Amino acid sequence: MRNTRPTPAFLVGAAIVALIAATALLSFFFTPFDPLQVNAPARLQGPSLQHWLGTDNLGRDLLSRILVGARITLLVGVVSVGIAVLIGTPVGIWAGMRRGAVEEITMRGADILLAFPALLLAIMFAAIYGASTVSAMAAIGLASVPGFARVARAGTLQVMNAEYVLAARAAAQRPVRIAARHVLPNITGMLLIQCSVTFALAVLAEAALSFLGLGTPPPVPSWGRMLQESQQYWGTFPAMALWPGLAIASAVMGFNLLGDGLRDWLDPKLGRGKA
Amino acid sequence: MLVRIAGNLARFVLSLLAATLAVFALMRVLPGDPAAIAAGENATPEVVAGLAKQFGTDRPLPVQYWDWFSGLWRGDFGVSYVTRTDISPLVADKVQVSLILVTLAMALALAIAIPAGTIAAVRHNKPSGAVIAAASQLGIAVPGFLLGIVLVSFFALRLGWLPANGWVAPGVDFAGFLARLVLPVIALAGVQSAILVRYVRSAVLEVMHEDYLRTARAKGLSPLGALVRHGLRNAAIPVLTVTSVQFSALIIGAVVIERVFVIPGLGSMLLSAVGNRDLLTVQSVVMVLVAITLVVNLLVDVLYTIVDPRIRAAAQGER
Repeated sequence: MRNTRPTPAFLVGAAIVALIAATALLSFFFTPFDPLQVNAPARLQGPSLQHWLGTDNLGRDLLSRILVGARITLLVGVVSVGIAVLIGTPVGIWAGMRRGAVEEITMRGADILLAFPALLLAIMFAAIYGASTVSAMAAIGLASVPGFARVARAGTLQVMNAEYVLAARAAAQRPVRIAARHVLPNITGMLLIQCSVTFALAVLAEAALSFLGLGTPPPVPSWGRMLQESQQYWGTFPAMALWPGLAIASAVMGFNLLGDGLRDWLDPKLGRGKA
Repeated sequence: MLVRIAGNLARFVLSLLAATLAVFALMRVLPGDPAAIAAGENATPEVVAGLAKQFGTDRPLPVQYWDWFSGLWRGDFGVSYVTRTDISPLVADKVQVSLILVTLAMALALAIAIPAGTIAAVRHNKPSGAVIAAASQLGIAVPGFLLGIVLVSFFALRLGWLPANGWVAPGVDFAGFLARLVLPVIALAGVQSAILVRYVRSAVLEVMHEDYLRTARAKGLSPLGALVRHGLRNAAIPVLTVTSVQFSALIIGAVVIERVFVIPGLGSMLLSAVGNRDLLTVQSVVMVLVAITLVVNLLVDVLYTIVDPRIRAAAQGER
């Protein structure tokens, strides 16, 4: 019962994600203004032909800062999801294939790590190592490991009962080979869904962390930090909070929709009802 | 049933033990010397050694862990390395603020999500159901602190209906206490209700196809009446699970919301401790936040046993 066409949710999500990626790439070659250029006379301006989204409290061009801010969002998302996939997947497959004590210990470990949400771990890391992009990525990545371990284990348990795996085991293939040839390809879809959902959570955690002033230090623009810098102007000049806020919300929605769309598309049985 | 609850309790104690080990390991085994951090970058080795002796961080790690752990049991978190004051009274003070915020937010989130999710399921092929589902998809994407900013700039700063931030103890000025709670509680509950709506909707959708609902309707109950009398209790179980998982998200969300609304709870305490590099205070607050999550998980596990007659029956079978 595999749908052949992607759902609208998938297409909308993919379009938003592609737009953000294109934005981040574009910012390396072109921004309307230098995102760090302070221009006091032009402070707190509304949208104009010159400054499409207006300027912030220091007269910096908001559009340029939003464009460059996409880089941090994507960088933190890609690296932390990467860490989580690379650690969580092998651990989950190992647990699912070996069962017994290995499974019990790794999964209880995952349970304990789950009591530490990404943002809490990131705040702890900021306390220990100081606020930086690297400690944010490491913390968010580590906090996302249990999710991947659980998904990989659940998928592995299903696959291990399939006849082709029984055949491979009967043919005395080495476990590593079975994992690589039979298990991994069959759980890739589930892992992709998990990547997308985790990415959305990573974007959220990074935004909150930057808002708290514990993410990427200034002057590098990030959407969360732009929100924090706007705090004094919420009453008088809400546009300064509006644009980074919209950017964060659309990024989160993009990755969530992508995940939902993938779930409905790749495995309708996994779907928790189409939203 | 009692056996089952005892099992839940045992699992809770084990998780709590593991959590203390995890927090201690993260905070003390990985990083550098707390004495060096407290002394600052330009301190001489003698000053650092003196501080390490004073803090007790020159002792072996297992000894330090035991010291901290046995203190926790007595409700004693020790003395801050930076402010040199007792951490426990401060935690006791702040935890009340955070618990009020988080409990009210979860109650509001459920009060919105249960009716909205049920309507979305009952009318899943009508426009009203689709509107709720779409609104929840949008709501999930708006982080709580962002919703907080929108609420503050509109309802507090533009319209002036409510205070923009701050906190008053309920004993001092109850009306002021409530007025200051409205916006932060809505901000926290917003995202949670959007997430919970989806789970309520799919749980109710699942229940709607059950035979006992058809029987109830054959008896003459209206579709909604049948659902409320017979369906919701069964839909409650998956929703309870999500509620307990979401509680930890709510607690960490409150840390950020406290910053937006300048509320003196555990979140503010944690962030100022991070700013001061006050590692023992960070360690204590993190431990309290994790412990609250685990207590909520325990309560939900116990609730299952009470809500679900099947689990109760299975437990009696075990005995």
